[in-house]
Amino acid sequence: MTHLPFILAAYGASALVLIGLIVWVVADTRIQKRRLNELEKAGPRRRRSTTQGL
Amino acid sequence: MGTISSLANPTRFLSWSARILPFVSVLAAVTLGIGLYLSLVASPPDYQQGDSVRIMYVHVPASWLAMFCYLVMAGAALGTLVWRHPLADVSARAAAPIGAAFTFLALFTGSVWGKPMWGTWWVWDARLTSVLVLFIMYLGLLALWRAFDDPTRAAKVAAVLILVGFVNIPIIKFSVDWWNTLHQSASVIRLDGPSIAPSMLWPLVVMAVAYTLIFVALHLAAMRAEIYRRRARTTEILIAARRPSTAVRPAAAH
Repeated sequence: MTHLPFILAAYGASALVLIGLIVWVVADTRIQKRRLNELEKAGPRRRRSTTQGL
Repeated sequence: MGTISSLANPTRFLSWSARILPFVSVLAAVTLGIGLYLSLVASPPDYQQGDSVRIMYVHVPASWLAMFCYLVMAGAALGTLVWRHPLADVSARAAAPIGAAFTFLALFTGSVWGKPMWGTWWVWDARLTSVLVLFIMYLGLLALWRAFDDPTRAAKVAAVLILVGFVNIPIIKFSVDWWNTLHQSASVIRLDGPSIAPSMLWPLVVMAVAYTLIFVALHLAAMRAEIYRRRARTTEILIAARRPSTAVRPAAAH
């Protein structure tokens, strides 16, 4: 295969960045969900609404 | 419009996104596997570029997603400013780091493709420079969101900046037609049809679909994380507001 180092660099960087994004998003979701659960246990319960508020 | 509004309700969004996220993720992984096989094994080397043409299968989808992600953010910015929908800013903010990552990949893979083909890692031509501007805009927007304590105010300012920066998207697309650039002109999305051979077009299309599915999965997951972050912040404020004040009152003057 010609230009192998360049091909490896391109595919390697793509793999690293995409795997990094997946790990970061999954970890962030878990951290924020756990933080919210702990706060809700400690403090006032949010109203269980179907309104558009966050 | 009513159905979209109903699905965009944050509580309902958390419910339906949890259900479809596994399917989108599996579909993205399968499509990526097929795309990688087609790109690295089944597709032929180019008669001029040799095997370095295989870089195209990761470079072009990353470039398309860099722009598509900004398009999603521009739509979300309209949602923030016109309809004031609470999920619109969540969508824009969740998309920004993903867009920055795809733009970085477009620049990096373009650079390692440019060195063997052009003889240089970088050239200040219109296409490369306008994509670099897009990358800087993503970073600027991320910094802007972090600079504000009040998410509502940050949402409005970021939305205006996103819409102003949208002018860069047609510049990126048409830069190779408007200016004399080292970067080649469009070979897939053209009025007279793709000028690329089908044996190379199909791997490229499959990889583009795979990257789009990866973006959809990442965006949905990042939006869920952002909703949890904002709910946690609201709950923290509620707890702080209910806590008895411990502030020391100034001593009364005698």
